Amino acid sequence: MARKLLLENINVPGINTFDVYRQQGGYRAVEKALKSMSPDDVVEEVKKSGLRGRGGAGFPTGMKWSFLAKPEGKARYLVCNADESEPGTFKDRYLMTYLPHLLIEGMIVSSFALGAKVSYIYVRGEMMPQIRILEKAIAEAKNAGFLGKNILGSGYDLELYVQPGGGAYICGEETALIESLEGKRGNPRIKPPFPAISGVWGCPTVVNNVESIAAVVPIINDGGEEYAKIGNGRSTGTKLISASGNINKPGVYEIELGLPVEEFIYSDDYCGGIANSKRLKAVVAGGSSVPILPANLILKTITGEPRLMSYESLSDGGFQSGSMLGSGGFIAFDEDQCIVRNTWNYARFYHHESCGQCSPCREGTGWMEKVLHRLEYGHGKMSDIDLLVDVAKKIEGNTICPLGDAAAWPVASAIRHFRDEFEWHVTHPKEALERNYGLANYAEFTNAI
Amino acid sequence: MSEEIAKVKVTIDGITVEVEPGTSILNAARQIGGDIVPPAMCYYSKLEGSGGKCRTCLVKVSKGSEKDPRPMPKLVASCRTTVMDGMEVENITSPEVIEARKGIVEMLLINHPLDCPVCDQAGECDLQNLAYEHGAEKTRYEFERRTFDRIDIGDKVQLHMNRCILCYRCTYVADQITDNRVHGILGRGDASEISTYIEKAIDNDFSGNVIDVCPVGALTDKTFRFKNRVWFTKPVDAHRNCPTCSGKVTLWYKGEEVLRVTARKDQFGEVEEFICNTCRYDTKKTNDWIIEGPTHIDHTSVISSNHYEMAKPLPVIQKDQLLIEANKVEFDRATKI
Repeated sequence: MARKLLLENINVPGINTFDVYRQQGGYRAVEKALKSMSPDDVVEEVKKSGLRGRGGAGFPTGMKWSFLAKPEGKARYLVCNADESEPGTFKDRYLMTYLPHLLIEGMIVSSFALGAKVSYIYVRGEMMPQIRILEKAIAEAKNAGFLGKNILGSGYDLELYVQPGGGAYICGEETALIESLEGKRGNPRIKPPFPAISGVWGCPTVVNNVESIAAVVPIINDGGEEYAKIGNGRSTGTKLISASGNINKPGVYEIELGLPVEEFIYSDDYCGGIANSKRLKAVVAGGSSVPILPANLILKTITGEPRLMSYESLSDGGFQSGSMLGSGGFIAFDEDQCIVRNTWNYARFYHHESCGQCSPCREGTGWMEKVLHRLEYGHGKMSDIDLLVDVAKKIEGNTICPLGDAAAWPVASAIRHFRDEFEWHVTHPKEALERNYGLANYAEFTNAI
Repeated sequence: MSEEIAKVKVTIDGITVEVEPGTSILNAARQIGGDIVPPAMCYYSKLEGSGGKCRTCLVKVSKGSEKDPRPMPKLVASCRTTVMDGMEVENITSPEVIEARKGIVEMLLINHPLDCPVCDQAGECDLQNLAYEHGAEKTRYEFERRTFDRIDIGDKVQLHMNRCILCYRCTYVADQITDNRVHGILGRGDASEISTYIEKAIDNDFSGNVIDVCPVGALTDKTFRFKNRVWFTKPVDAHRNCPTCSGKVTLWYKGEEVLRVTARKDQFGEVEEFICNTCRYDTKKTNDWIIEGPTHIDHTSVISSNHYEMAKPLPVIQKDQLLIEANKVEFDRATKI
């Protein structure tokens, strides 16, 4: 089985307590960073590692850190984005439940690198157990002298707070998260200014995903160059994938980036194949907001190369024939699943979660949901399909924050790849209510294994 | 800092203008004037932090700046994007922008009740103008439009939430002009609505300004409610000595009677100076005011149907010799009128 960096000790009993975590070599990174490195060294090490943001956009973390403005006399903040609410993604919750100290260790090292004296973990409001786990872990770490004043005698002070979120998907967008953290309505801010210049309370702020911050720990322990050796091309290191859907073994898996998608789906080390010996129909590779891909395109790119689990390979072919790694929410659909119903379900989610600030997203998401609902329940018209494509196009790129894109992409891609299924819903409304369309054109590719 | 700040050059639809650094694209376009000014439903130059929400002012930046000539990847909201030296912007010359704007107008209208025949705002409604200029004549939306429960927010201001396009202007007024904010946005997504804190009344000296800033008929004057259509009334500029505000207003006459009082609006539909509630509601007699003269109304406005003014060619056309020749027919017609 492949190398594990984050989940290495996940099976050690009591790893969620400070003592066991420390015995397993925890908080080494804090000691190393605070005693033998300068903040700039840490940033440099993360830059060398090639770590890319694990929250979805894949922006290089080291680069993000180096953009942080450092004006005199102004506080700087690190905010950990634990508002994980993307349908299909549950890796951060897993990490926080079982390895809270890994996140805290990462927070201490990252805050030290950025010179933040106060840092926040913004946890999704629904994750009450995780909030308690983190608060307990922070208390333990503080008792042991890893938080608070003068950590390990280095003269560096850090206070770490857990902030329960207001319970909105939009608060996972970094500027909306900052607004919510400040106690306001979670509306995304208009950029520029970017948080690196003016974030929490107008001070320079870095917002990082839970997994990105946790990944800083092995980078400091083993060195950035060592970390960069793992993976494939510009996708370095390991990534947590939340696998769900019609697979035999759903769960969170740590993979080395560059693993072939085919191996990930069918190997017994990972998903273990499609459940009930069914055939694969489609995959959403990175959480609900990325484009859906049919079985033939997820296993091989349009040029016939095997597709790998990496930032580049999954987006190969652009939006015509590719998708995105996103936040790593891997959802597999077998031949019995209805793509129209699934698309409607996603559209319903984005309609419900739109903040209502800018008009294309506020009005367009609801419109798409209604049209998809009509199609799914057998009252659709042929023109509805083109209407959906057009509405999605009008939303995409015209909104303040990426939620508009996230709402438009699943709909546009589902129609791009499964248009025949949408048309079948129009031409056979009664049948569509009783059974699903099945594999149709994608059957020949599903006998691969 | 030196006394003179170097001005930056920006080209919008082929017309170059020099503006102060830090100006937004929209304000630079307003300095040029004419057709190339992007429409703005939520931006309000007098309200800090407004803008960026309605997305009707989207423009294409085909050249970022002199230093970094790369175009911007997406359409940007011109009201919240500052100009850079050497920036080139496409507004009405870009089919992409026109297409996107058409989409936005359609989105704004799908849940709008389109009850213009009974709406007091009709005739001076920004959404009406916008839809007339950019929208398609027919909607593709075939579902029931969303509705809200009626709430009463006081005896002066009438709230019609169904007509609201959520521009947030009134909440900025409440924040920045009045001293006591009692209303804001409740809810999320297309269920979000303007509301007061547990149906409290909006009541303070400057609360009436929410009526003037509202681009649609969501907030209207209760004292003018169903009294008349705006194009049957005659606007007259007037002022009075007011202890709380500037006292510069527009009186809307029907015969001898003042039907309502509003703040004066500039050519972009923005209030010149905010007025207090005493001027707006309590001084509706001609004796209270010193009359200055009839208000200038743009000839394109439906309000001008009662007093025609000379049609003037757009300022853009007047500036450019080539455009003068291209628009000769219209130019001649305008001078004849």
